[in-house]
Amino acid sequence: MTTIEKTDSVPAPRAGGKGGTPLLQVRDLHVEFHTRDGVAKAVNGVNYTVNAGETLAVLGESGSGKSVTAQAIMGILDMPPGKIPQGEILFHGEDMLKMSGEQRRKIRGRKIAMIFQDALSSLNPVLSVGYQLGEMFRVHQGLSKKEAKLKAIELMDRVRIPAAKDRVSDYPHQFSGGMRQRIMIAMALALEPELIIADEPTTALDVTVQAQVMDLLAELQREYNMGLILITHDLGVVADVADKIAVMYAGRIVETAPVHELYKRPAHPYTRGLLDSIPRLDQKGQELFAIKGLPPNLLKIPTGCAFNPRCPKAQDICRTDVPALHTVTEQDGAELPGRGSACHFWKETIHG
Amino acid sequence: MGRYVIRRLLQMIPVFLGTTFIIFAMVYALGDPVAQMFGDRTPDPATVARMRHDLNLDKPLVTQYVLYMGNIFTGDFGEAFNGQKVTELMGEAFPTTLQLTLVAISLEIVLGIGLGLLSGLRRGKILDNVVLIGTLVVISIPVFVIGYLAQYFLAVKWNWVEPSVSADPTIDEMILPAFVLAGLSLAYVTRLTRTSIVENMRADYLRTAVAKGLPRRRVIGVHLLRNSLIPVVTFIGTDVGALMGGAIVTEGIFNIHGVGYQLLQGVVRRNSPTVVGFVTVLVLVFLLANLIVDLLYAVLDPRIRYA
Amino acid sequence: MPDLIEKTPSGAAAAAAPAAEKREKPRSLWGDAWGTLRRNPVFIISALLILLLVTVSAWPGLFTSTDPRACNLDQSKVGSTSGHPFGFDIQGCDVYARTIYGARASVTVGICVTVGVALLGGVLGGLAGYFGGWWDALLSRITDIFFGIPLLLGGLVFLSVIKGGSVWTVIAFMIALSWPQIARIARSSVITVKQQDYVQAAKALGASTTRIMLRHVLPNAIAPVIVVSTIALGTYISIEATLSYLGVGLKPPTISWGQDISSAAQQYRNAPHMLLWPAGALSLTVLSFIMLGDAVRDALDPKLR
Repeated sequence: MTTIEKTDSVPAPRAGGKGGTPLLQVRDLHVEFHTRDGVAKAVNGVNYTVNAGETLAVLGESGSGKSVTAQAIMGILDMPPGKIPQGEILFHGEDMLKMSGEQRRKIRGRKIAMIFQDALSSLNPVLSVGYQLGEMFRVHQGLSKKEAKLKAIELMDRVRIPAAKDRVSDYPHQFSGGMRQRIMIAMALALEPELIIADEPTTALDVTVQAQVMDLLAELQREYNMGLILITHDLGVVADVADKIAVMYAGRIVETAPVHELYKRPAHPYTRGLLDSIPRLDQKGQELFAIKGLPPNLLKIPTGCAFNPRCPKAQDICRTDVPALHTVTEQDGAELPGRGSACHFWKETIHG
Repeated sequence: MGRYVIRRLLQMIPVFLGTTFIIFAMVYALGDPVAQMFGDRTPDPATVARMRHDLNLDKPLVTQYVLYMGNIFTGDFGEAFNGQKVTELMGEAFPTTLQLTLVAISLEIVLGIGLGLLSGLRRGKILDNVVLIGTLVVISIPVFVIGYLAQYFLAVKWNWVEPSVSADPTIDEMILPAFVLAGLSLAYVTRLTRTSIVENMRADYLRTAVAKGLPRRRVIGVHLLRNSLIPVVTFIGTDVGALMGGAIVTEGIFNIHGVGYQLLQGVVRRNSPTVVGFVTVLVLVFLLANLIVDLLYAVLDPRIRYA
Repeated sequence: MPDLIEKTPSGAAAAAAPAAEKREKPRSLWGDAWGTLRRNPVFIISALLILLLVTVSAWPGLFTSTDPRACNLDQSKVGSTSGHPFGFDIQGCDVYARTIYGARASVTVGICVTVGVALLGGVLGGLAGYFGGWWDALLSRITDIFFGIPLLLGGLVFLSVIKGGSVWTVIAFMIALSWPQIARIARSSVITVKQQDYVQAAKALGASTTRIMLRHVLPNAIAPVIVVSTIALGTYISIEATLSYLGVGLKPPTISWGQDISSAAQQYRNAPHMLLWPAGALSLTVLSFIMLGDAVRDALDPKLR
């Protein structure tokens, strides 16, 4: 379980994993929402794998399906209107979509935990943080109220909340944003789960606090050797903590790569656009690049490659054929491990 | 908390004075209690003058009001025109109405919250629609119509219950009148609970509770219900006062000699001291109920407590 | 990478763009609300019922040729006969004719009180919310005081003293006691809107107070006032009927359902038809307006759906 194979398996959806069964495998996942205006296809065939101790960053704009995928994994999608028409979510090789509600509930919180973006609205405003933390132990481990409270204090110490003992009875609104997010992290860590899904954990925070929270998360992940799915739209956050990246667009993964490879040589025009739109000091004075157009309407995803209306490289084939996730190779044909690009013109993009 | 209570109590004083003054002015300045006592007979002017003097009616309105309030604080609500002490009437009327109100409130709590919770959880399903339509109908039918319909069918036609309540009513006699009295509020409580449940079901913290792997019963009982009931508790609390004053119609139909009955008699017989006395006490009950609700609100919602 | 941007969408993509735009054209609150309303069966049913009611109140003669005041004591409490489907009441008046003619009072009271309360409460509350200061403080105290007097209780005391009984007295009284409720709502709604960024932006751009109030605050703050007013309309009708039933509201010669129910109630046990028809008409009227209010709320406040 401890073999960390950073480069394993990402592009190949059917790969079983060379070092035993991977912790989590998402296979060809589809999610749609039935709304008044039609069917919104939020996720359209996502594949990814996370191993123990590994950090996968899922990158994309809002509406790209990154959060919906996470919610499907957690089993907290609102169904209806949500629906999973096809796909598998394998946890230790077992399809969670086929499990009973009770089986899934026992995994939630204990084996897979989630950290949400906005800690203020994600914590119950009328219950003390100590109660909400202790609830994990009381429900999953049957501890008494008193024991649970001690555990809660311990957890708060663990995520470095000062004066934990005095603050355990305080309510969420009495904490600062950074402290609240630490409480969210503590809650996710409570039962030492094998996998943590962090959905934009730092987006709502001040820049100075962002780094602290991110460091804490990374540190705890290393310590417990957990798998981590980090959902973000912030390329800056990813670089420091992630092992590999999956870039999502319109409910599909458009590029996967080990983290530094992606920055160096993007193999998809969308990724390239994202990287180019980061402001850089050495380009001061120049106009900032921005990807043209708007994210696609999920009720009416463009035919062919969903990115084609905004893509500078779009040709006729892009408007008709959906590109598969191609294995990315060097110019001489040598495979680049862990790399894939869903672009008809990935060669031109990476090598051109 | 203590300072908050004191501040709220102080705020209550001008409201209490303003409200009772308006009522007092309506009855004593707009109506002429002495003339009304004699009805169509032409009274002897000397008698009228003496009575006016006895009742302080020859003084300016504000003075009358101050004297009246002064009396009230010594427990003297005056006498009805037939010589009966108003406090005596109150002693009989208020316990009866309180009993009726408490039964009505219990119905609101048990049935209203229960139905609201069920329909909120099953939003869009058959039960939900039945509850929505049912409450709409109950809200639409004025209380005196519901009262007569209930009395006609349950008591007169099918003989399930007695059509009116005995002089010293027991709790089970009160159930039908309490249903009629609570009808409107029951429908409101049901709808309010449902709306609140539906709204909170979409809240982020509820998603967190599910993600924590809590059993459904706990998610609903601890996280959903606790938050959803805050506005409902507020409504029910304010309703205690409203029901006591609103019992006029119900008490009339079922011949219950409570506050509403006495008040209506006072109005019909032009008995000004009874009317003003009863309304003053009702206003006080209403204001106190509001105060208790505010305090309860602070207990239930910590965000207010420390604000 | 400027060349990349140059080469962007041609042909198909450019054609797709306007289509997408048309689809996603931002719907205004009012347009959206109207769209929702039109498709809501509750709205359609209540609107048709209200249309019927308003017609009946405006031209009762179209629906009956019997004079509601032509009564014959010989026919007291007689049940349904030919030409008189609802039978006769205690006074021997035709129940059908009285039910038809009774609509006018209820509808007039309901609509006039609603409009009056919305205007008075909306303006006073709105100004208090917008300008704040002493006017706001004074208004808050006044609304507090009126809040302490339940409409039914106040009505019982006040109307019994002034011995009015005409539609206009009842309307004036009900407006006087009900406006604070709307004033509170308008006040808080205006305060919320006033703090929105677009109002601050308009202010920063130097828009005049009148312009800000009419163009920015009013259209955005008015929705809650409309919602509560429409829902309250049915309640007003119900309260008028209750006051008339208690003998302090509308009085003869005005024909009203409340009075008819009250007189029928005295002897309804042996002639229930006298009670059922006006009571049914009253309930149906209140139901239509409350359904309308419900539909309007759903349309204007989608959050609560």
